[in-house]
Amino acid sequence: MPNFDRLRAPALVLALSLSLASCGVNTIPTLEESAKARWSDVENQYQRRADLIPNLVATVQGYAKQEKDVLVAVTEARAKATSIHIDANDLTDPAKVKAVQDAQNALSGALGRLLAVSENYPDLKSNANFLSLQSQLEGTENRIAVARRDYIGAVQAYNTELRTFPGVIWASTFYSRNKPMAEFTATPESQVAPKVKF
Amino acid sequence: MVDDAHILSPATKASLESQLADLERKSTIQLVVATIPSLAGQDVETYANTLFRHWNLGQAQKNNGVLFVIAPSDHKMRIEVGYGLEGTLTDATSKLIIANAAAPRFKKGDYDGGVSRAVEDIITALTVDASEWKPQMKSESAPPLDIGNYATVVIFLFIMFMIWHISRRGRRTGGAWVVPINMGGGSSGGWSSGGSDSGFSGGGGSSGGGGASGDW
Repeated sequence: MPNFDRLRAPALVLALSLSLASCGVNTIPTLEESAKARWSDVENQYQRRADLIPNLVATVQGYAKQEKDVLVAVTEARAKATSIHIDANDLTDPAKVKAVQDAQNALSGALGRLLAVSENYPDLKSNANFLSLQSQLEGTENRIAVARRDYIGAVQAYNTELRTFPGVIWASTFYSRNKPMAEFTATPESQVAPKVKF
Repeated sequence: MVDDAHILSPATKASLESQLADLERKSTIQLVVATIPSLAGQDVETYANTLFRHWNLGQAQKNNGVLFVIAPSDHKMRIEVGYGLEGTLTDATSKLIIANAAAPRFKKGDYDGGVSRAVEDIITALTVDASEWKPQMKSESAPPLDIGNYATVVIFLFIMFMIWHISRRGRRTGGAWVVPINMGGGSSGGWSSGGSDSGFSGGGGSSGGGGASGDW
């Protein structure tokens, strides 16, 4: 007769862990990872926008050298925005999230001004390269908006889980170090993509 | 093909239907044209993205869906491109199609011509890449049972077996067993189709806001 006593402890652990798992003990880490993944989508789209800018600046420069102030402002705002990074673990820190957001909003504003002055140069406006860059930039602004919306949704799900039953039980025991993530407020200016008229 | 704004003639609709079905059969790409009566105050980008995700256009693994939304009363349109096709139907290409194929015809009130031409151009852009054009095995049928459900049942039976074995030894009586409760819940497909006249079913694809919009 095999010795089942030795099997009892593992069986208990297994039964206990499975019952915990089905009662939502995994929900908090799952939602946390999901929110972090959504954040990296947002950063990805910010990076995509930053990558488009040097090419855009070079194209505009070819036609509108006198708009030096605007061009310099865009380049500086881009440098600032790309220098501020936030670690996924720091998403619970509202100040750091706000710093990223402010830098990206400043870049949106500078880009908007650049596209606005471009309106004054008919040759530039009909340049194929410029038109292609414009549509890519528009597309990227829209992707940023979608990524931000997804991130906000993921953070809401995570924060709600931390405060509602049964998540609140796990939040106060196993995951007592988990804090709610900073809300990523949508500012009106960043929601509106730079307007481009054809 | 959903013409809720009723701007297309029956002949155009029929021809578009067959083109779209043909595209899906050959390349598995789901291209859907939707004309809507009104955006109801939303911007066309948000509307298109929400509708795209609601219909789950494209296949789940490939995200190869495209949605062409036209809102005649708002004079707005958008080509929303699924994640998987962003490299093929780029933002710049979508913008060109909107600005050159659709907008000038829409301005003259020629919706039939504008939509047909834009769809033709979208299909051309999508099928330039030959690898997308190979006939593919269709996995359209609804997924059978969720594999997770099987796993849960097997694990549950295993635990019951262990409990039975241990309790048979008679050492332990009336222990506080916690029976796992399956909270997973069977996912019930996920696709809902749009209007009654829509002849498509989404395959679980998603979009991250690729594509372009325009007005006329």
